[in-house]
Amino acid sequence: MEHLLEVKNLEVKFALRSGELTAINKVSFTLDKGERLGIVGESGAGKSVTGFSIIDLISKPGYIASGGIFFEGRDISKASPDLIRHIRGNRISMIFQDPMMTLNPVFTIGDQMAETILAHRKVSKKDALKIAVEKLRQVHIPSPEQRLDQYPHEFSGGMRQRIIIAIALLLDPAVIIADEPTTALDVTIQAEIMELLLELCETNDTGLILITHDLGVVSQVTKKIAVMYAGRIVETGSTANIVSSPQHPYTKGLIKALPGSRGTGTKLHQIPGNMPNLTEMPEGCAFNPRCELAEDICRNTVPELKQRGEFKRFVACHMV
Amino acid sequence: MNKWKKFKESYFLYSFLRDPVAIFSFAVFAALIIISFSAPVTAPHDPYDTKTISIMDSEIPPLWQDGGDSEFVLGTDAQGRDLLSTMMYGMRVSIIIGIGAVCLQAFLGVIIGLLSGYIGGRIDSFFMRLADIQLSFSTLMVAIFISAIFQTVFGSGVYGEYAVPILVLIIGLAEWPQYARTVRASVLGEKEKEYVEAARVIGLRQNWIMFRHILPNTLSPVFVISTIQVANAVMSEAALSFLGLGMPVTKPSLGSLINAGFEYIFSGSWWITIFPGILLIVLVLVVNLLGDWLRDVLNPKLYKG
Repeated sequence: MEHLLEVKNLEVKFALRSGELTAINKVSFTLDKGERLGIVGESGAGKSVTGFSIIDLISKPGYIASGGIFFEGRDISKASPDLIRHIRGNRISMIFQDPMMTLNPVFTIGDQMAETILAHRKVSKKDALKIAVEKLRQVHIPSPEQRLDQYPHEFSGGMRQRIIIAIALLLDPAVIIADEPTTALDVTIQAEIMELLLELCETNDTGLILITHDLGVVSQVTKKIAVMYAGRIVETGSTANIVSSPQHPYTKGLIKALPGSRGTGTKLHQIPGNMPNLTEMPEGCAFNPRCELAEDICRNTVPELKQRGEFKRFVACHMV
Repeated sequence: MNKWKKFKESYFLYSFLRDPVAIFSFAVFAALIIISFSAPVTAPHDPYDTKTISIMDSEIPPLWQDGGDSEFVLGTDAQGRDLLSTMMYGMRVSIIIGIGAVCLQAFLGVIIGLLSGYIGGRIDSFFMRLADIQLSFSTLMVAIFISAIFQTVFGSGVYGEYAVPILVLIIGLAEWPQYARTVRASVLGEKEKEYVEAARVIGLRQNWIMFRHILPNTLSPVFVISTIQVANAVMSEAALSFLGLGMPVTKPSLGSLINAGFEYIFSGSWWITIFPGILLIVLVLVVNLLGDWLRDVLNPKLYKG
């Protein structure tokens, strides 16, 4: 069966003066219609770069070195700028981390929403505003008709993130990429927003790629997980499976580090050390300096992503 | 109606009404504008009409001095023109040139600044080096240079006829780097913000993002420099006219009036220079004060101590 979105052996490099850095190394994953995938990892693991590279918006020194991104059967990593622009916002949309920054401060919500629709569809502004009102209602914004004439600063953070979700949904995209959509919000609002996102993806049968460092959120929302470490996927499989029995030592560490996983009163687990900088990658498995199980082979050879057990479970570790 | 209501409730109007200096400057500025643009109707004489001018009336002192004539309240200049009327007409010329030149500067500067800031790379280097080169000459020098070329190419007869648009062009071309640099600097700040990225994610065109999303966010410094630049342009025009490169004597601006009167100041006819001089100072001062106030309003981070 053909997948809705398939990322195949994606390699993203950054051309710096000091040489080329590989930010994303042989990353592959698939997403079917209405499926929800979580990409998890620490800061700097390459999660966001993966998200941006899907819609060809990696910022300047970065570029896709090899691999392909197949959307509805076409390789969009090599598509023309016009085609990509047609896909952005229309078929694949994206939600950012900070709702305070993503809305243009000088335009009303209505203008910004209408603009998105008008960029992709030939409808009148009046009709565009009608669609906008309907989407605002879907994200539970009260009295949306009056809200259209307000400016971003007149909304609270949670409201703004709802508006951004509404904008992402405006053209009924097939895939939404949500890059840490709740990080900048209060904990209470976080849950509301996640629930809303989940509900909307379910009713519209929209695919979701949720990029986050929060395994807790991912386990509630997604069906599949890809754990990234230093630009590679180290473990992937179904969410339930990975959360209940993680195999890669890094995933194990992440799950142990969740609050409440060790019972009350005890110290939280920490993975010792930091993720290596892209300029000073260790030989062999990138995780070896922090890994308790590391042996000689880990320091020499990069582990391949291999199937382990059932449920399409893949792990990149010599020790499993 | 809705717009008017919004305006009435705005912070803009509120801060205006709380600032007596701003109200005063605005009142004076509005009065000067009205006086100068209604000159053809309200002025007691028409200084452009040679038939009504008599050389016999030349150098009549103001009303309150010995030899003053009630027909010429502020006296007359060396050619027998009523000074008050000539000043009213002259101020009109000055204001038209000032505003026209600023519009041209802003148009050039904003577009160049936007392209340089957003596209960057070679376009940026090219325009900014050009601006650097131009800024390393004084504005007046550039203006003198350009106007000298104009005068030799077109001859001073044609130059006199089209003096207003030519001066607008000269002063406009001489000062665009101010705008270009300011706009470029704020574009560099704005283009990194997430709303620009978001606009690209939505799938908008580059030009649209540039003009519709980034430009409005860079406009407040543009407004602020515009007021200051109007004052500067009026002064540049006065300086050029004073040097004999501006408006011809037959259609004097404030600057050429000051220049014309300067020759007579030692023979006792001080009023020909002093009155247009005072008017010029008042005009430039109120525009600058308004610009100051505008900067404070549009830049809330800059609280007054």
